[in-house]
Amino acid sequence: MVPLTVENIKKSFDNVQALRGVNLQVEKGQIYGLIGPDGAGKTTLMRIVVTLLNADEGEIYFLGKPTKNNIGFVRANVGYMPQRFSLYPDLTVEENLRFFGDLFDVPQAVQTKRMEKLYQFSRLGPFKNRRADALSGGMKQKLALSCMLMHEPGVMVLDEPTYGVDPVSRAELWDILKQLASEGKSILVSTAYMDEAELCDQVGLIFKGKILASGKPTDLTQSLKRLIYLITTNNAHQLYLQLQTVFPAQDCNLFGNGVHLIDRKQLGLEQIKKTLLDRQIEFHDIQPIQPDIEDTFLELIHQREVPA
Amino acid sequence: MSEPWAVQVKDLTRKFGDFTAVDHVSFKVKKGEIFGFLGANGAGKTTTIRMLCGLLLPTSGQATVGGFDVYSQPDLIKQNIGYMSQRFSLYEDLTVRENIEFYGGIYGLKRKQIRQKTDELLDYLHLTDRADTLTAQLPLGLKQRMALSTALLHDPEIIFLDEPTSGVDPESRRQFWLLIYELAARGKTIFVTTHFMDEAEYCQRISIMQNGKIIELDEPQKLKTKYQASTMQQVFLKAIGEIAQ
Amino acid sequence: MNRTFKSIVRKEFLHILRDYQTLIIIFIMPIIMLIMFGYAITLEMRHIEVAVVDHARTPQSRQLLSHLQSSDFFVIKAYDPPESQFESLLQKRQVRCIMVIPADFSLSLTGERFTPVQLLIDASDPNAANFIQNYFQKISALFNAENNPQFKFPFEIVPRFLFNPNLKSEYFFVPGLIAIIVLLISALLTSIAIVREKERGTFEQILVSPVHAYQIILGKVIPYIILGFVDSVIILLIGHFWFQVPVHGSILLLLATLILYLLTGLSFGLFVSTITDSQRTAMLIALLMTILPTILLSGFIFPVPSMPVIFQYISQIIPATHFLKIIRGILLKGIGLWELKAPILYLTLLSALMIGLSIKKFKVSLE
Ligand SMILES: Nc1ncnc2c1ncn2[C@@H]1O[C@H](COP(=O)(O)OP(=O)(O)OP(=O)(O)O)[C@@H](O)[C@H]1O
Ligand SMILES: [Mg+2]
Repeated sequence: MVPLTVENIKKSFDNVQALRGVNLQVEKGQIYGLIGPDGAGKTTLMRIVVTLLNADEGEIYFLGKPTKNNIGFVRANVGYMPQRFSLYPDLTVEENLRFFGDLFDVPQAVQTKRMEKLYQFSRLGPFKNRRADALSGGMKQKLALSCMLMHEPGVMVLDEPTYGVDPVSRAELWDILKQLASEGKSILVSTAYMDEAELCDQVGLIFKGKILASGKPTDLTQSLKRLIYLITTNNAHQLYLQLQTVFPAQDCNLFGNGVHLIDRKQLGLEQIKKTLLDRQIEFHDIQPIQPDIEDTFLELIHQREVPA
Repeated sequence: MSEPWAVQVKDLTRKFGDFTAVDHVSFKVKKGEIFGFLGANGAGKTTTIRMLCGLLLPTSGQATVGGFDVYSQPDLIKQNIGYMSQRFSLYEDLTVRENIEFYGGIYGLKRKQIRQKTDELLDYLHLTDRADTLTAQLPLGLKQRMALSTALLHDPEIIFLDEPTSGVDPESRRQFWLLIYELAARGKTIFVTTHFMDEAEYCQRISIMQNGKIIELDEPQKLKTKYQASTMQQVFLKAIGEIAQ
Repeated sequence: MNRTFKSIVRKEFLHILRDYQTLIIIFIMPIIMLIMFGYAITLEMRHIEVAVVDHARTPQSRQLLSHLQSSDFFVIKAYDPPESQFESLLQKRQVRCIMVIPADFSLSLTGERFTPVQLLIDASDPNAANFIQNYFQKISALFNAENNPQFKFPFEIVPRFLFNPNLKSEYFFVPGLIAIIVLLISALLTSIAIVREKERGTFEQILVSPVHAYQIILGKVIPYIILGFVDSVIILLIGHFWFQVPVHGSILLLLATLILYLLTGLSFGLFVSTITDSQRTAMLIALLMTILPTILLSGFIFPVPSMPVIFQYISQIIPATHFLKIIRGILLKGIGLWELKAPILYLTLLSALMIGLSIKKFKVSLE
């Protein structure tokens, strides 16, 4: 039995079509990552999955049962972390954790054990007696996430759990998610960090209410079928602007390590190098690279969006 | 204001009760520089920025912003900086146009100026046909670009951005950074915090903060060399990791 | 800096207009309250304390008294108090009415003379006064039917209403309602409006701009002054045209004092918002500091003279007590500025004090 199946979900608000037929499956022990531009419909989809919203069309099966007439069952068996999860600002870190533990009927001893584990990733241990409203933005987010993780239901739905979380904690958080998955939990998670998408078992790229592409991260990146060159330089922004005068804007993308150039016309390394030299564009090095999820994301979006 | 420093901070400290959130921090930011202010959650970044913007009084230490002292000249500082807070700087129940007009208004722009700036801005953000939608309905990336633009209506010299791109998708983040670059090209000083390590590489210099102290401050390339890392992500993990042990 | 200020006012108005649910409540609430007070409130009454003065001392007069006593509607609390004590008896609410039987009572019963039995009723609670009068009417009818059925109205009870001669309850609750609603809008809504902005985080954005504290404060407050003013005028209009509340005094003075009172309310709201950070606390403190004392201690529901002494003193601190003096004076008695100088001065000083305190406490930072 597949823990979570989403079939042809459609949803409109007023005159906006938020979802136009979304299909996906989360298998047991799997982490399914939803990525997509802001406003693509990630949050709406998640809310429908956890029965907070009703779909206009389509069906969702949660642990084999249709969610429509099993709202109570879904809510009892799903762990959901909304995008802007709010804590009790007047309770301390530990009181918040305990409260959510109690809410889901987690035995005291288990609560204490889980709390230790969660403090490890969140580094909130030293602050357990501080009121939640005196925490920094990222600390609040980590606490909210920890609250949700106080109970470990079979299916978890996490809407941007790492919003504003620093790299160290993100890495540790993903260790926890991986471990939960290996224990057989199914996790549907959305994220704005593309390095996190690479850690998922399945990734779905959602755009304007439709899943454009989905599959294992490696499958997705291979589906790009385009050669990408990394061009490095001192001043990446400068290079980026110059490249745009030679190549179509949607083929140049600024990255931390330089500019990624998509060789859409299959010019080849030598030809590109020559063009750059002809145009007197300064650069250190150019080399072909394996596209990653971020390249894939940008390419898929650019194909569909009229360049501004 | 012929000195080359936009921001000068010496031994800046802020305590909450007996907890020291910012602990004798010293650094300088050059005029026209994009300065990345990185650090673990709760390291004290927001607290530092708030002190520099005149929102919080330091417990001790010195700081000047644009040549003005944070203790004695907060009003002058406020006229010369733009600030985007970590969350919600726009009114969600106002329309796009109303938000822009409001912020133009509180900086004392003339009505004609406001109208002109509003049109410019709407055009720039490709929002002209959505000018009368409620801000709540905009996607986050666009909201953040709009927030930045409203913080710039009074043409400040120094701009503080506290996690402007958190939760923003890769495409919109790039758009946001193009805006930042453009500002830097016009000689503005940018002081930005982020948890995206690729963005750290877009900065000319970065500092890494942990437990109220600055533990690294240099150009990204030099830090990568120092930590023998190929990305800033690795630098960050190593730097913070070492301290944690 | 004028522009800055204008744009804050404009923005605040937009917030109010966008939040149309609150807006509807603001305009519907006074109407519902008026109807509730005007029609729905009747008090069941028993054991009303009376004092009797029997100048006749005849069998007939005693019979009348025993009629009175046999109903459990009245309890005779005092016999033959001297006339000099009448007013204080009523004022202290020891009795609610005083019946005076004239010396020629029995005489006139046999003759065809008009016999006025005088009844003094405390009409500060008009509903109760009405009730009392009706009941006396019944008793007199009963008494006449038993004693001399051939005469239609051999004796009559002539009531005299003290403290509110026309027995108009609207006269009393219309000013009271204004006092409450103005406070609700000015104190409660302003304090919430400021604190909400703190909670949402947009305050931070305003604080880093060169706006002055007083501009933020005034800018946020002015829309609510207008709102409260419009609301009060609505109540006054309904009160005047529907419930016939008279306006004997100067309308200009009335509106001016209304604004003064609005200011007092706002100054309290501001003060509350400077000392709190959450909407919930702001609401409770505003309720506790302004609305509750206004309803309970200003003389709106319970007459001040009948309160325990300590509360009488407290009621003198409450702005609404003074506002009620002013507005009742202008509406019902038609008195002018000079007679009202004391309460007006008090409200002015109080507002100035509270506004001063607020501006001083208002944090231009996030401490
Ligand atoms: N009002 C306050 N009272 C008590 N402690 C506070 C207060 N504000 C902040 N702190 C503490 O100060 C420390 C620094 O917080 P700050 O918000 O500056 O962190 P940050 O570096 O911005 O973190 P993040 O990346 O999560 O935004 C934290 O430990 C936080 O809990
Ligand atoms: Mg912060």
